[in-house]
Amino acid sequence: MADATHAEVHRHPAPTSFIRKYIFSLDHKVIGIQYILLALTAVLVGMIMSVLMRVNLSWPGTHIRILATLFPTGAPGGVMSPEFYLSLVTMHGTIMVFFVLTTAPQGGFGNYFLPIQIGAEDMAFPFLNMMSFWVTFVGFMVLLLAIFAEGNLTIGAWVSKLGESFAAGSGTVGPIGGWTGYAPLSALGKIAGPGQGAGVNLWIISIAIFCVGSLLGALNFITTLLNMRTRGMSLMRMPLTCWAWFTTAVLALLSFPVLLGGGILLLLDRIAGTSFFIPGGSYVSGALVPLHNGGSPLLWQHLFWFFGHPEVYIAILPGMGATSHILSTFARKPIFGYRAMVFAIFAIGMLGFFVWGHHMFISGMSPYSAVAFSILTLSIGVPSAIKTFNWIGTLWGARIRFTTPMLFALGFVSLFVAGGITGLVLGQTSLDFFFHDTYFVTAHFHLVMGVASIFGMFAATYFWFPKMFGRMMNESLGKFHFWITFLGVYAIFIPFHAMGMLGMPRRYANFGEYEFLKNSHGLVAFVTVAAIVTVAVQIVFYFNLVWSMFKGKKANDNPWEATTLEWTTATPPPHDNFAGHEPVVYRGPYEFSVPGASKDFTMQTEPEDTDVSVGLGRTSGKGGHGQH
Amino acid sequence: MGRVLGIAIWIITLLSVWMFVSRRWWFPEAISEHGPSVDRQFMITIIVVGVAFAAAQIGLGWMVWKYRDTASSGRAIYSHGNNRLEVLWTIVTAVIFISLAVMGQKVWASLHLHSAPAGSYRIEVVAQQFSWNFHYPGKDTAFGRTDPKLIDDSSLNYVGLDETDPNAKDDAVVPTLVVPVNRPVELILRSKDVTHSFWVPQLRFKQDLVPGMSIPVHFTVQKIGKYELACAELCGMNHYKMKSYMLVLPEDEFNQLVALPQEKFQARKDELLNKYQLPNY
Repeated sequence: MADATHAEVHRHPAPTSFIRKYIFSLDHKVIGIQYILLALTAVLVGMIMSVLMRVNLSWPGTHIRILATLFPTGAPGGVMSPEFYLSLVTMHGTIMVFFVLTTAPQGGFGNYFLPIQIGAEDMAFPFLNMMSFWVTFVGFMVLLLAIFAEGNLTIGAWVSKLGESFAAGSGTVGPIGGWTGYAPLSALGKIAGPGQGAGVNLWIISIAIFCVGSLLGALNFITTLLNMRTRGMSLMRMPLTCWAWFTTAVLALLSFPVLLGGGILLLLDRIAGTSFFIPGGSYVSGALVPLHNGGSPLLWQHLFWFFGHPEVYIAILPGMGATSHILSTFARKPIFGYRAMVFAIFAIGMLGFFVWGHHMFISGMSPYSAVAFSILTLSIGVPSAIKTFNWIGTLWGARIRFTTPMLFALGFVSLFVAGGITGLVLGQTSLDFFFHDTYFVTAHFHLVMGVASIFGMFAATYFWFPKMFGRMMNESLGKFHFWITFLGVYAIFIPFHAMGMLGMPRRYANFGEYEFLKNSHGLVAFVTVAAIVTVAVQIVFYFNLVWSMFKGKKANDNPWEATTLEWTTATPPPHDNFAGHEPVVYRGPYEFSVPGASKDFTMQTEPEDTDVSVGLGRTSGKGGHGQH
Repeated sequence: MGRVLGIAIWIITLLSVWMFVSRRWWFPEAISEHGPSVDRQFMITIIVVGVAFAAAQIGLGWMVWKYRDTASSGRAIYSHGNNRLEVLWTIVTAVIFISLAVMGQKVWASLHLHSAPAGSYRIEVVAQQFSWNFHYPGKDTAFGRTDPKLIDDSSLNYVGLDETDPNAKDDAVVPTLVVPVNRPVELILRSKDVTHSFWVPQLRFKQDLVPGMSIPVHFTVQKIGKYELACAELCGMNHYKMKSYMLVLPEDEFNQLVALPQEKFQARKDELLNKYQLPNY
């Protein structure tokens, strides 16, 4: 655990200037909030894009005046072109996966609360931490530049000066190849279509920068957790949030370098004439592609999904951690099967590296390896089921307090089951003959990695807001937000399965070409209405955040009567988290309703002699006996 | 709040299960030999999935209904779990999931781990942004040589057929897939430019066409008719209208058609496209 010399190294004085305090801050709490603000901005852009996509699908030809003004080439008269739609698909996916689902859960809440929950003063490398945020921020700026480089003629003309492969201004809002950027569509350059010039280059550069930022963050998380736990904070006394952030950091450390490497190779194919992904004899847009020979399109898919599948778990594991933490708190019960939960998190993380091929069953890779990937894929359902059973077990015999964070945590469990369970369908090679690249897939991953993760983050926001800002969020607005969002996301994504049953392909700008899709019109329109309502209700969430920050009810240090270290310190926590005092931990993280104790929650810092319980038959995560 | 949430979760569960049980939105009718096996495997899977989904959601709803905090309720049960239960549900889920996984390989193996049966009719498929080319060998059943260097879309040589090759004389390249009924078909899938995907929903079959690769696949169709053929891998701006048809013909009609030279093949194929109707949806 932490010793005195360690503590000295990481101690840095509280900054006084505005810039060092709020902008280039070394404080993990400020950096965490910066990440959350970045995610809150990015998710707005991503949501607006999804509404535009829905409008285009259900009412093609709709005139949207603001689009005519902003993007006169891609949406002449405010009507989206097919390529404009596809660039929305690409940017929506990229923004949501990278700048929302990878930033807020890990860089945001993880950064803020991991050091506090393990009793540390800061992250192990505060400077790297600051760098990781600002590098990520630059990545986001580059992605925004991709929107305007392709969508705006003036900016496009300026970007085009960077070189031949940066041809811009094609009227899209970025590349049209989807967030997976499959080569050779993404490797060929502007001859492959609009958006495939500067749009793709900037998209790759943005993601490469993002990878670097994530690597810096991952190193920091792992080092901090392994070296800086306070006295008594054994690994098995850590809150499950810490286990989730730690596993996520390990996944990020092992998977982002592969994407970074893949991205660099793709960029070289585009600007340096290499042929990693472009085979010889390609004939594109009426001409033979010169110079390229010997590349493999499947290589890109392998590199991408070797990252891409762990990325799914990078998005959802922190949500699982937050959900476990919050469920236990408001159930007023210890988490059911703490040790099993830890093993399940790790099993999911490990297995997550061996299943990437299930994205590629029909890609042309060896059908034998598809069989292996398929069986491994369904195995990953086992630890996922264990987690679900344990969440429900935690609720058994509970005294549930239905606060807003608890509602979102319960929503997480429901959505995780609904989204995860269709993995049993999609993971089978024989069923992928039909379902691959249909809306069934879109339904699956939106529910599980998209919406469930976001519910984890909503739960985390409502839960930790009082600690971060010293005021409670408004409960009535919060509950209203929960109800509409919970019903809304189901109304959006359950019908996606029905579209999948019809065989509706993903990434179609329009369904009108096909007779076999004609029964889908009602569904498509229904989903659009549900999406518009659900997105609109998020205004309530943003309002609640801002309003509560200034006008919310004042919070005390432990408003939820929770047990972990973040609730033992001042609100908001001081610069060094515990005001020079080093917390000592005596028990597990979720000691609620201990028989004989005076309150129904026993803090991790409460010394041994007040522990009157001599519980029998506990699995683990319990108090008392680790350190002596 | 607990009771409301419980009921909400149950209603969502009911509606989701109804959506599948009602079969209002369901697969189009299968026409391939392996199609019914895919549908059967889906039925088995969706029943397992449906039962597990409903059990978990009903259980969750029940917990929030029953264990809501009320003024009269005492403290929660102090329990850290139960190892026996953990072992039990780990084993049960592992057995069910792995069994499903193993069963789910059957159709796949029958098509992909065996080469095309003897007597299969072979067609070369060349996809390009945003159209399909189907290359038939003609009467001599030998394909003319093709070379990417000879591709010239402007002179309609979409697949780069070498006209000087004697085998090429009777070949036909048309934008429609025509196959015989009840006879195995082997497709050799290629792409000229970017990755595409061959997708006929009724066929229960999908396979990417990857530039630089030649991917042989096979299947047998059992129902005469006209079916839509779509691209299922994002290939560029007009991906959504990269459409063609698969015509399934009686043996003799098929044999007569594929014996025709290019121009007559085209004309006859157009007649047949008008003769057959799409299924009712």
